[in-house]
Amino acid sequence: MRENVVIIGGGIAGLEAAGQLASLGYNPILIEKEDHLGGHLADWHCLFPDMIPAKDVVSSLVGKASSINIFTRTEVLRINRLRDSYNVMLSNGVSVMTRAILLATGFRLFDAHKKEEYGYGIYNQVITNSDLEKWFNGNPDSRIDNSHISSAGFVHCVGSRDEKAGNPQCSKVCCITAIKQAIELKKKYPDMMVWCFYMDLRMFGKKYEDFYISAQRDYGIRFIRGRVSEVSENIEGKVVVKAEDTLAGRPVKVTLDLLVLMSGMLCNPQTLNEKATWHFPIDSDGFLKCRNTVADFNLSPQEGIFLAGACTGPKTVPETIAEARSAALSIHNWFNSKE
Amino acid sequence: MMDFGFGISRSSTVNLDSVALENFTRLQALEPDALKCISCGSCTATCPAGKFSGMSLRKVIHNLQRGREKEAVEMLRGCMLCGKCSMVCPRAINTRHLIMSIQKIYGEEAR
Repeated sequence: MRENVVIIGGGIAGLEAAGQLASLGYNPILIEKEDHLGGHLADWHCLFPDMIPAKDVVSSLVGKASSINIFTRTEVLRINRLRDSYNVMLSNGVSVMTRAILLATGFRLFDAHKKEEYGYGIYNQVITNSDLEKWFNGNPDSRIDNSHISSAGFVHCVGSRDEKAGNPQCSKVCCITAIKQAIELKKKYPDMMVWCFYMDLRMFGKKYEDFYISAQRDYGIRFIRGRVSEVSENIEGKVVVKAEDTLAGRPVKVTLDLLVLMSGMLCNPQTLNEKATWHFPIDSDGFLKCRNTVADFNLSPQEGIFLAGACTGPKTVPETIAEARSAALSIHNWFNSKE
Repeated sequence: MMDFGFGISRSSTVNLDSVALENFTRLQALEPDALKCISCGSCTATCPAGKFSGMSLRKVIHNLQRGREKEAVEMLRGCMLCGKCSMVCPRAINTRHLIMSIQKIYGEEAR
């Protein structure tokens, strides 16, 4: 009989791990609270640095996981620890006995309303990275008026590296996402003036620096080093953005037609539910704790519980996929060690 | 107007809406690499003229982008075109060539 593995979260980490575990001879059971698979990536348009369509990545992962048991629109109600296994009770009435649980619960975006000084939800011209991506995907957005946009700004680190916003961590992928979105905007509207307000630009990944150079040189995107302090609306309905140009040591202000807030990544609060019957240990950064941040990042301190993807911290798509593969192998090795 | 012996100092804020960038657009066409500057300051740190003339290529490029053309051109007068800055630039900007292009567009002869 094939061994069960319960995977919580049907985003890219859960899908990749499910496909790998199935090919290793296990019976993965994938639980997803939404009605569709792919998580945040299902709403995304294309991916840095090569502009690969997100839907291709999602459909390939869904294809590889086609033969496994998937419960969508389903949540985990209870997890009960038995002597050497877990009893996972689901909202659809199903109860699963398993020795291994893989958490692939991902992240949620910082709620940009909380940075009230940036005016999200107050001014009509202020949107988030996620709103812009949905618009790139063809979903209409009344806040983005095609005919009138001649200038746009990107605010980096919204809800990241911000202790007062409750998240001192760097969300890591927003720098490169802002550059990707700025380039996408410039491709649509070559005459548009695009400004990026940043504290640091952290171009850590493969070809990211090239992408940044191209944004500067080939697309003429302008970078201002300084955190936006406040945003207001003028009489024409545009937004006035104030910041300090810290390289010049002088305040700057600019009037824009569109302002995009790069919301950061926080741990998915559903895994932190205080009313839950089962608690997963949380690390000092607010994300799920792994046994060892260097080598055992796939293992929870709790026996039989494994981790993959952005539930342990902000990650790019290839990092998440790599972690999911590694988690599948960790689970496989763990079962073998129990024989 | 009545002179009260004091005044309100002018705002030091740079208003990016009113910065005329026509010259910078011309410079960009000649020197697309000018936009690659990341303000690391290598050029300024190595500049032999900087020590006594206040010359800083980083500030020149930055000032041009913010419309402070007069300050930029004034500062460039300290440059001896020795080219040390092009040796140290991590973004491989041909700084010596860039300086001459700046002079071509913004310099006294150009006016």
